[in-house]
Amino acid sequence: MSWTDLVIPLFVCVIIGGGLMKRVPVYTAFIEGAVDGLKVVGRIFPYLVAMLVAVEAFQASGALDWIEKALTPLGRALGFPGEVLPLGFLRPVSGTAAIGYMQMIFERYGPDSIQGLTASVMMGSTETTLYTVSVYLGAVSIRKSSYAVKAGLIADMAGLTAALFVSRLFFG
Amino acid sequence: MMDIIWVILLLGGIAIGVISGKGTEMTQALMDGASRAVELCIRLAGVCALWMGLMEIMRRAGWIDALARRLGGVLHRLFPDIPKGHPAMGAISMNLAANMLGMGNAATPLGIKAMEQMQRLNTTPDTASAAMCMFLVMNTSSVQLIPTGIINFRHAAGSTEAGAIVIPALIATACSTLVGVIVASVFRRITRRRGS
Repeated sequence: MSWTDLVIPLFVCVIIGGGLMKRVPVYTAFIEGAVDGLKVVGRIFPYLVAMLVAVEAFQASGALDWIEKALTPLGRALGFPGEVLPLGFLRPVSGTAAIGYMQMIFERYGPDSIQGLTASVMMGSTETTLYTVSVYLGAVSIRKSSYAVKAGLIADMAGLTAALFVSRLFFG
Repeated sequence: MMDIIWVILLLGGIAIGVISGKGTEMTQALMDGASRAVELCIRLAGVCALWMGLMEIMRRAGWIDALARRLGGVLHRLFPDIPKGHPAMGAISMNLAANMLGMGNAATPLGIKAMEQMQRLNTTPDTASAAMCMFLVMNTSSVQLIPTGIINFRHAAGSTEAGAIVIPALIATACSTLVGVIVASVFRRITRRRGS
């Protein structure tokens, strides 16, 4: 157990304790807030079906192998560990696929190799953008995402590029 | 944009799959995707109910308003459309705090609350508002201070310096958040100009 494991239990204690101090009827308040949990998930559901079906189809098609084959030499040519470049494509699209790919790199090269370190930094630099946008827009039933996806993907590219350069600087 | 990505992933995936003779796998994958959405929703439902319940306690104790007032000044620059002291500010700051601390489970329900509050201020309810876009970009670019999940994976893979990535990851995530915030405010101005 590390100290980070204590964050959530302590946080819960602080909330309940703080509520009691302010004379909030904590149990009733909790129930009233929790009522919305299922409703929200009901709204998110169709958005998640749409996104996950598309992501699964793309993964199962083997398209990623093509991308891997195309991106690896490109990365090497630019002076980076080429094996990690497909991760830059996976990371915004699918969280589980990205974790799987990172673990594959860990197994093949070791977590402390330049490939393993770079992959770790890339994973820590952004989120699963498509999933996040689907969930949050789904929660308020918005279908038109405006420029949210575009801006999110540009930010991802910046983060992933930064991850490549920073890793080379620190570990290269 | 979401339409384009969805069509590319779905049609591109099916086309490539069929060309490579993976008809069975593709059928399975489509069904699996739908089932995985159910699994994710069930897991999310419990976590959402838990954190929304706790958040209601915090709201009644007056903490969310206090947080909105305290952090309102800083966040007002990023979210100029949200009035100072509006409950949306409180929810946004709690979501960002949970994200920074790596409390992913708590961050999502808090973020959903923030989206609900922002939707009340949204003048075009079928389209994401400028405030929502800024909020989404900050969430998708990850503002986590210590990527505990990745460090655990590195440990499990037998790394002798699992934490060595903390500083580089922090620099990279700062880059993505900074670029995201800049891009979102530029897009905001462009759409405003086009609209007026």
